[in-house]
Amino acid sequence: MSLRIIPRIDIKGPNVVKGINLEGLRVLGKPSDFAKYYYENGADELLYMDVVASLYERNSLQNIIEETASDVFIPITVGGGIRNLNDINTVLRSGADKVLINTAAIKNPEFIREAANNFGSSTIVISIEVIKQQNNNYLCFTDNGREFTGINAIDWVQKIQDLGAGEIVLTSVDREGTGNGFDDELIKSICAKLSIPLIIHGGAGSSEHVLNTAKEFPQIDGFGIASMFHYHFLKEYDIINKNFDEGNIDFIKKGLHPKGISPTHINSLKSYLYNNKIDVRLF
Amino acid sequence: MSSNRKVAIIDYGIGNLYSVKKACEYVGLDSIITSNKIDILNCGAMILPGVGAFGNAMNNIQEKDLIESIQQFAKSGRYIMGVCLGMQLLMEYSEEFGKQNGLSLIKGGCKKFNFNENVKVPQINWNKIYSPNQYEIFSEESPLSKISQGTYMYFVHSFYVEPLEKNNILSITSYDNFEYCSSICKDNIFGFQFHPEKSGKNGLVLYDNFKNLIKK
Repeated sequence: MSLRIIPRIDIKGPNVVKGINLEGLRVLGKPSDFAKYYYENGADELLYMDVVASLYERNSLQNIIEETASDVFIPITVGGGIRNLNDINTVLRSGADKVLINTAAIKNPEFIREAANNFGSSTIVISIEVIKQQNNNYLCFTDNGREFTGINAIDWVQKIQDLGAGEIVLTSVDREGTGNGFDDELIKSICAKLSIPLIIHGGAGSSEHVLNTAKEFPQIDGFGIASMFHYHFLKEYDIINKNFDEGNIDFIKKGLHPKGISPTHINSLKSYLYNNKIDVRLF
Repeated sequence: MSSNRKVAIIDYGIGNLYSVKKACEYVGLDSIITSNKIDILNCGAMILPGVGAFGNAMNNIQEKDLIESIQQFAKSGRYIMGVCLGMQLLMEYSEEFGKQNGLSLIKGGCKKFNFNENVKVPQINWNKIYSPNQYEIFSEESPLSKISQGTYMYFVHSFYVEPLEKNNILSITSYDNFEYCSSICKDNIFGFQFHPEKSGKNGLVLYDNFKNLIKK
């Protein structure tokens, strides 16, 4: 099984954004520019997340997906604001291969079964956003870590598999954007209950973080990575001459990147993993 | 009459047709997404895409009354390319939910991966394709022409094709040490278990080869 390296591109309106703990979003550029760059530089798959769609109850991704899928020929997973079968159909018809669902699945778990029956399990990816509690329990949140659900993450993993989910994207909201490394304790408890592919997201700050967690948990199928790749790409990206419809790009104009993040080329990460005996698709 | 170099992408209600169409456009292959018999029979080649369940797909094709048209198209000698589930549909049957009949363009059937619980099914994975005869390159007369041995392609599937005749096997792939047929060919008919339109630049080489075969 080769480990999939999946750039995760968070989108707000027309822009790529990045925050810390899914909050404090900074504008980084245009989604299709990031997507094309990652496609041409060895990404195994792309993950698009419309980070405000479920909050404002709107779907704005369709045009961005169509634009991307016209010259990016790797699998594209799209999430954010997917509430019903019609939303799934719209996203797939625009060129996505899989959909990522969180809020709608928590509100109505039967939606997972319905979606899997209609589109096939392998199309339905469940996003689990987890925050560690003071009593060390891991609980699921929705709407990018804002809404408390009280659902235990480990119980939820069992349930969504029974309902026909095809894949899991597991986000540690505590680690997301920090570069502090992955929450191995969380991954361990999830892996114990796992029979479907698992993508880990939230915390990657360096290649070593990815290698160590991949070695410790061979059950992991892929890593979703944003900051490390985005801040590397930005060095090559002529952002100053791009026109932005909204958002503040002062931070990016100064050529800064957050503390704790080592900007890394996607192929450098893959070569590093390969040289350390992790099976990845070299380019 | 439309141009006989146009390819019909068969729309039977499931699958990511947009990406198939975009891959055709990328290599300069004129295509039309259609479920109309007359449009299909006017085209010079056909792509049969698909994801999801075998039974649903065959039911949809039957409801659109396309089974005979596809079989007639195959007999006419024009090129057909089945992708993912579309490859499986070329066979006589699938063991998905009992036994279901396929288009019967190639002898053999589809079986479910049979692994212990540690192996994840469906396989969602970039995996390598090889010629079934070791040390041989892929035939120049096939869409795999110029594609290197051990090239990674993107797979999503729980069932695999088992052709009755070994010489129909165009490529093999190994999942958890189990070797199976990942590409198939019989005369003018090709099938690929992976998604060439999702397999990056190497997948596009396959589309380009398919275009060149049609133009010959």
